[in-house]
Amino acid sequence: MNITIVDYKSGNISSIINSFNEVAKDKVKIEVTSDINKIKSSDKVVLPGQGSFKSCVQGLNNINGLIDTLNEFAINNKKPLLGICVGLQMFADIGYEETETKGLGWISGKVSKIDNKNGKYKLPHIGWNQINIVKESKIFKDIENNSHMYFVHSYEFIPKDKNVISATTDYSSNVVCAVEKENIFGTQFHPEKSDRVGLKMINNFMEL
Amino acid sequence: MLKNRIIPCLDVKDGRVVKGINFVNLNDAGDPAEQAKIYSDGGADEICFLDITASNENRDTIYDVVEKTSKKCFVPLTVGGGVRSTDDINKLLNCGADKVSINTAAVKNPEVVKDSSQKFGSQCIVVAIDAKKIGNKWEIFTHGGRNSTGLDAIEFAKRMEETGAGELLVTSMDRDGTQIGYDIELILKISSKVNIPVIASGGVGNLDHLVDGIKLGNASAVLAASIFHYGKYSVKQAKEYLDSKGIPVRI
Repeated sequence: MNITIVDYKSGNISSIINSFNEVAKDKVKIEVTSDINKIKSSDKVVLPGQGSFKSCVQGLNNINGLIDTLNEFAINNKKPLLGICVGLQMFADIGYEETETKGLGWISGKVSKIDNKNGKYKLPHIGWNQINIVKESKIFKDIENNSHMYFVHSYEFIPKDKNVISATTDYSSNVVCAVEKENIFGTQFHPEKSDRVGLKMINNFMEL
Repeated sequence: MLKNRIIPCLDVKDGRVVKGINFVNLNDAGDPAEQAKIYSDGGADEICFLDITASNENRDTIYDVVEKTSKKCFVPLTVGGGVRSTDDINKLLNCGADKVSINTAAVKNPEVVKDSSQKFGSQCIVVAIDAKKIGNKWEIFTHGGRNSTGLDAIEFAKRMEETGAGELLVTSMDRDGTQIGYDIELILKISSKVNIPVIASGGVGNLDHLVDGIKLGNASAVLAASIFHYGKYSVKQAKEYLDSKGIPVRI
């Protein structure tokens, strides 16, 4: 099997690479690239994302044919794809960070700023928070409900169809922190920084 | 519920772990990558490396340290010390750092904070504020606490939030290395002024100091070096103690 981590200059992806390599050992080949032919031929794709929604969408657009390739991979061919942080957020139709920006539109919904309740909640939401698993998801296999995951974000994905939500976390409100829609998976938290539980989740994705 | 974080800090010089008392009298005590792994296995919520002499000498050793550590540690790694430019930040992130803390450069050239937070996201930009109490105010010091700037620490903190910092690492230079506890007044003044998380630093000598940093200083995270490094307490003990005091921690 080979897994491609999409490198579209969206900030720092070295931790994602390190964690996937750690879990993969010699069983799975991890490729880090923006080469659309390599993405096409891979079994699974990881879509990272750091920085703003706008800059990440721009990053995808900057690589000729990348969005089409991702659409083909995830929507037409229904191959497993995992979006992490802004990688998940970009599944939405639209994001409101910096300026209104169109997303990939894979899971209908929007990305808006977390309500900080007049400064009661500090933003970014940084640190370890517990996930409330609300639907069975293959990537949470053998992961206990209320496990801690590491978060860093100020914006949240609000999907229209609540059935796609696989986990939420409590920060100001029930923030969506994991989604699953058929072959498309996403986590707002960073499994690559969530120690053993995070590595377990990465392993679950590899074993899909 | 979001948990308060405990962050062991490793002072690194020439690629080796040291911890000084008031930034002098350094004792060599180990390999950073191994130490970091021990901490993360023990439940540390994040790891912080401070390259203490990076402003002056032998700076590139930190890149190897970060690269080696990030292949073993799967909790967030913050690296600071001698970070001068957006290019330095880029290099550290590429080696595997998750966040970079900026001290002197943030004072001398706030554009670095602005540019880097725009380029890499504010989530990875920590501004390190080293402050010393002068009269009834706190003044910013740079270059590892050697140079005074005349800047008011509280105002500077607010400005850094506006410039793009994702977190503030607030160190009392009066307390650093003394083990008599955080400067709670300073921590509280800053944490109530800004809407981004504040990490308390400088002066921890026992577990009650960590409790105070969170309960009295309203810090989101507490950083300590010597109490963990010399084995006085383990991170696990610290977490259990905080938990017993009603502070939410990841156990």
